[in-house]
Amino acid sequence: MALLSLDTLSKAYGALVVTDAVSLDVSEGEILGVLGPNGAGKTTLFNLIAGAARPDFGRVMFDGFDITRLPAAERCRLGISRSFQVPNPFGGMTVFENALVGATFGRAPEHSEARALRALDITGMKPKANVLAGGLPLLDRKRLEMARALAAHPRLLLLDEIAGGLTDSECVSLLTAIRDVHAEGVTIVWIEHVVHALLSVARRLVVLNFGKLIAQGAPSEVMGSREVRSVYLGETAHG
Amino acid sequence: MSALVSRATRASRVAGLSALGLAAVLVSAPWWTDIATERLIGEFMVYLALATLWNLLAGYAGLVSVGQQAYVGFGAYVLISLASLAGWNPLWAVPMAGLGAAAIATPVARLVFRLQGAYFAIGTWVMAEVFRLVCAQISALGGGSGTSLTPAAMKLVAATRPAREAAIYWLALALGLGAVAVAYLLLRSRIGLALTAIRDSEIASDSLGIRIDRVKLAVYVLVAGLTGMVGALVELQKVRMSPDAAFSVNDWTAFVIFIVVIGGIGTIEGPILGALIYFVLREYLAELGSLYLMILGALAILVMLTAPQGLWGFVQRRFGLSLFPTGYRVRGL
Repeated sequence: MALLSLDTLSKAYGALVVTDAVSLDVSEGEILGVLGPNGAGKTTLFNLIAGAARPDFGRVMFDGFDITRLPAAERCRLGISRSFQVPNPFGGMTVFENALVGATFGRAPEHSEARALRALDITGMKPKANVLAGGLPLLDRKRLEMARALAAHPRLLLLDEIAGGLTDSECVSLLTAIRDVHAEGVTIVWIEHVVHALLSVARRLVVLNFGKLIAQGAPSEVMGSREVRSVYLGETAHG
Repeated sequence: MSALVSRATRASRVAGLSALGLAAVLVSAPWWTDIATERLIGEFMVYLALATLWNLLAGYAGLVSVGQQAYVGFGAYVLISLASLAGWNPLWAVPMAGLGAAAIATPVARLVFRLQGAYFAIGTWVMAEVFRLVCAQISALGGGSGTSLTPAAMKLVAATRPAREAAIYWLALALGLGAVAVAYLLLRSRIGLALTAIRDSEIASDSLGIRIDRVKLAVYVLVAGLTGMVGALVELQKVRMSPDAAFSVNDWTAFVIFIVVIGGIGTIEGPILGALIYFVLREYLAELGSLYLMILGALAILVMLTAPQGLWGFVQRRFGLSLFPTGYRVRGL
């Protein structure tokens, strides 16, 4: 059974359809990559999965339960954690306290301090544990997004563009962190524009364009598909 | 795990001991000072409590209420009803005022929590006006012109005047210092972690499993209960009461906001510092009349423009000082 299952999920803001009848299954233990041009509706899809927005139509199933109407906090407690594309740190709290919030109110509240420290360790943020999050540079804010989400002990981790702007060595350490998390049994859905980073861990890709799922499957298959090439390279799909 | 998490600093240990010492000195005040000083400290404690409580609402839970006078007045009315109409010892009516205010705050919250931001502020103010208008209808308590605690009721507090003044003073001390202690302990608890997170980002708090509405409701009801007890205390201090005075938006909310804003919103130390500044200004400037209010307003604007985090926020950033730390430090990194 799929851990996450989206059934004809749809969302419009006024006349703008940002999620158009998306159906998608994510298996337990999978790393799924999400591609798509800017404005394709990738972050909206995350908002619908994590509960920050409600769909106009369709269902979100998690571990066999219909969670379409659950608020974000309850979904986090069930095991869905997400990072924000635009980092949203608790600016007046330290890096450790940021992670502690996730560890305290997430899926498993016991041993919260140890879990927060471990999340900082995995993401390389431990040396800055006592620094106020509001003063962090962008890169560290992105790492903190991931640390906080991890501290909540998720079963499903939604990562929204965390590799952009990293140097090669930073990207390598990020990928190591993602592999470590995955090795612990966490299912990961990762939106990313840095395609080579995504391809080095994702076993399956989906591509969104104008809110529609236009391709899904093995990376080589998807990257070679005409639809995808037309979106990214401007080739005509049927030309 | 080699890293250890600790919650105290050297400054906070010194501050904690000094606070206990100061509290002991204040408790003994009736033996070494006069009634006028007792009353002044008692009034200071009222504002210390109200500012600390309002700061929990506005500075942490994001609930900018302009209607806390509803619970001050409600507490005063509970006390005078129980004391003058039911013949209770007024001191026993104080906890009842707290329970009553917390109880009535629950349905009020259901209404005002539907509103956001500025609408919430106006909504709470309107609610306080409703409380005032209802209380002004109670003819047994003097209707719109109010009434006074009877001498018989005051005698139940204590038989002699010095003993009575001391009892009311100690009650004020308990509520003023108690409010700070409650705020400190609350902010160090799990709820405090949630509140501090909510203060910084509601969206992120929601995504990390914090049930924001429940936390806000809990804080609103707790603050209303304690504010109701402060209202009962105010009634004991003033003896005379009218709906207009008991539900005064100026006395119980506007000055309180001034204190929190100049002291430093979102910190425990801020309302303490703000209350001290407010009392010093009032002692020296109150005879200037309306000019005094203009000076207060100008000062509030000046602080908001130059130090938006208040004077304590300025000190905290400049010197990294925290007397009542609610956060966590990781050692041995």
